[in-house]
Amino acid sequence: MTDTTQTTGPMMAADGTTLKSSLSRALRRQKLRALLLIAPLLLFVLVTFIAPIADMLFRSVENQIVAETLPRTTEALTDWDGDAGEIPPQSTFEALYQDIFVAQERKLHTRLGSRLNYELTGVSSLFRKSGRRVEDMGEVHQDQFEDLDDFWKDSENWNALMGTDRWLAEQNAWDPKGTAAQPAFQPRVEISALLPETAATFEIFADFVQNEDAENLAKEDPWALVYSALYNDLLLEPDMSGYAGPGSAELLEAMGAVGTFETVDYAAAFEDVDEDWHDIEVWQTIQTYSPAFTSGYFLNAVDMKKSPDGPEMRPENQQLYIKLFIRTLIMSLVITGSCILLGYPVGWILANLPARTANLLMILVLLPFWTSLLVRTSAWKVMLQQQGVINDTLVWLGVVADDSRLALINNQTGTIIAMTHILLPFMILPLYSVMKTIPPTYLRAAKSLGATNWTAFWRVYFPQSVPGIGAGSILVFILSIGYYITPELVGGTTGIFISNRIAYHISSSLNWGLAAALGAILLVVVLGLYWAYDRIVGIDNVKLGG
Amino acid sequence: MKLTKTLLASTALTVVAGMTFADGHMANEMTIVSWGGAYSNSQQQAYHNPYSEKTGVKIINDESSAEAVAKLRAMNEAGNVTWDVVDVVAADAIRLCDEGLAMEIDFDEQLAPAPDGTSASDDFGDLLVSDCFIPQIVYSTTFGYRTDMVGDTPPTSVCAVFDTDAYPGKRALEKRPINNMEWALLCDGVAKDEVYDVLETDEGQQQALDKLATIKDDVIWWSAGADTPQLLADGEVVMGSTYNGRLFSVIEEQNQPVAMLWDAQVFDLDGWIIPAGLSDERKARALDYIYFATDTQRLADQAKWISYGPARASSAPLVGQHADLGIDMAPHMPTDPENAKNTFLYNYEFWADYRDDIDAKFQAWLAQ
Repeated sequence: MTDTTQTTGPMMAADGTTLKSSLSRALRRQKLRALLLIAPLLLFVLVTFIAPIADMLFRSVENQIVAETLPRTTEALTDWDGDAGEIPPQSTFEALYQDIFVAQERKLHTRLGSRLNYELTGVSSLFRKSGRRVEDMGEVHQDQFEDLDDFWKDSENWNALMGTDRWLAEQNAWDPKGTAAQPAFQPRVEISALLPETAATFEIFADFVQNEDAENLAKEDPWALVYSALYNDLLLEPDMSGYAGPGSAELLEAMGAVGTFETVDYAAAFEDVDEDWHDIEVWQTIQTYSPAFTSGYFLNAVDMKKSPDGPEMRPENQQLYIKLFIRTLIMSLVITGSCILLGYPVGWILANLPARTANLLMILVLLPFWTSLLVRTSAWKVMLQQQGVINDTLVWLGVVADDSRLALINNQTGTIIAMTHILLPFMILPLYSVMKTIPPTYLRAAKSLGATNWTAFWRVYFPQSVPGIGAGSILVFILSIGYYITPELVGGTTGIFISNRIAYHISSSLNWGLAAALGAILLVVVLGLYWAYDRIVGIDNVKLGG
Repeated sequence: MKLTKTLLASTALTVVAGMTFADGHMANEMTIVSWGGAYSNSQQQAYHNPYSEKTGVKIINDESSAEAVAKLRAMNEAGNVTWDVVDVVAADAIRLCDEGLAMEIDFDEQLAPAPDGTSASDDFGDLLVSDCFIPQIVYSTTFGYRTDMVGDTPPTSVCAVFDTDAYPGKRALEKRPINNMEWALLCDGVAKDEVYDVLETDEGQQQALDKLATIKDDVIWWSAGADTPQLLADGEVVMGSTYNGRLFSVIEEQNQPVAMLWDAQVFDLDGWIIPAGLSDERKARALDYIYFATDTQRLADQAKWISYGPARASSAPLVGQHADLGIDMAPHMPTDPENAKNTFLYNYEFWADYRDDIDAKFQAWLAQ
């Protein structure tokens, strides 16, 4: 290549492309390489950190369980006026029967019960009781069909009636012990048209048996619910003339007979299970919590509750969370403050002593830092309790009387002392790393220009150490807001943080929605404080290293 | 692009390794979850060791029973159940069973009959409180007191807890309403069989909290079973509630000046469940373990290491002596007639309904 041919065109790289595109390609490759290098971390953080947090936060508003477990009931309740003072009509109770029947087969009714029990005490056992009894309600229909004709007793007959011939052949040929999957149920088209409710219910049943229970459909008798659906369908007297498939004669016979069948009064049957079913409040609660998303958990997290008339404060004797949020913030501030007071001189000494002594002192800072959190917390229990080392010493010195030993633990004092100790290294280390970079000559210069010790420190040294205080404070404050083990162990009842309630709701009460809402509020508070800190101190002033 | 290839390969490897690890189950291992401490030790001695010896199955202990319901629910939602057998209290077992998180057991088919041929369901009798729950032990939550701090009149009634004049000093109570509310009402003059009727009402709940308020300043609230024995041993409290096995250990094994109060102690059960959704192979192994570990002799063996009564009627006569101390264990059991004169039955149903509500009030009351 000679330069004479290229005098007017754009600059070319060695391989003949323009220099510009060659450069951008190189940059792109570099970026890609950087991306690939961080890809494992990115993936790791996304999969193990961001996704679970997002999922957890989603739970704070998610409320699908009501509509999913009681689809027909919630549908029926959309037109019901809860304020009118009347319980829902018979049709709603029938929908409830169908929903609870399916739910108890899937074992979802107790979950729903626990969910609604957060809002109204007693719903939990209401659902559990009803789950046990719904089968009896449907058996009224089942028995009458079975008394009418033995045809209705057999699962084979049902399968022939409800499924297509092809599916039936496949199902009968299927070997339950073999490895092949059970042939999925296919509904017979004519029957679906004639008996829509029966077909729909049978499909739910077949799907449950085949997929959730993993049993052989050919061997399972239909649920009582299917008989109730058949009863309803036949009462409407569908036109059977065009149907000549399996069971047509029995269907015609049953259609003639259903008029004389004993009916089920679902409203009365549910009242029989528990009179609470005729309590308007139960229905209002189901209606209020029908939508797929709810603000209920968030309201609960700020001591409010959802009522038919909109949000309202909880009764005084149940208000807890706002108090805990405020306490958490105040105590974290106090802990941060005491860390600054204790850590600043230590950082200063570390930064100004000769390296040998400083290193020795540094080990004294780091040793507790490396010791297990639980060990240190338990050590404080031994130290601070009423028969503990500190109280014993004070009594021996005669500072306090033996019968009025100080209560240093199982209260706020205990939490503040133990957490200050545990978080102190997070203050000292950033302070040290900043102070280390402040040249001692500045102080000497200030003094030689006539400043007193205090002026030299306050006007010259201190402003330069502020970035260290900032970094330490942010670390300590944010860490302490989320602490829960130490407050749980030494905090008693007045020294616990909001995180203790979050942990309680996650592992003991299993109210994950409320825990998620409390966590979300805590997250927002921390981000808000971070923002405020950035506006006031400036996040650029934070230095974590030299 | 050698670097990229290496990176990709190592990422892939990490993911694969992670997945194998998460899957976790080598051919001949099972994870058994329990409460830890002396209790797990008694199970290790009485069940795990003989079972491993007999079958060669390696047993991995996990001490997460306190959070078993939450963790099983999470595992179930993630579709990856890593536990094989779990030790839980009856209330948790009922909840797990109701939610379909525990497998239903056919007691007579899947458990060993008593040596005299009595079927398992008759042998366990009333203790079979749920279709999924195989009771192992009966325990009581009761009070222990410092013998050297109560003067000449050691307490005989649970109401001594509320009597700060006769028994000055701190008391340890569990940091939750269950049991405390019942004791408060009992000592406020409510008859034993009416406690839960009273506690159903707002006034009754307030009455219990008011009674507790009379000693609020004297209470250290505990949340782990080991707290009270430690507080008693340190002389921090004059009396405190905890599980009777923990008190036995403080009194007999550690020789502390502590005595046990058998009055209105709350009687409860602890036992095994098998998580729902195990593979056939793991399910078969879990059932095999359960069959072995809950037979008459094995349940009686556990009482050699801890003072909890075996849940089988046929095991009671076989309860012998403490494995190390050589003392008779029968008089230390909550089921011993002498101890069981005035027990209080815990109402699962009531607390399933009222727990959220009363807990909110209790915690707000504590924070005041």
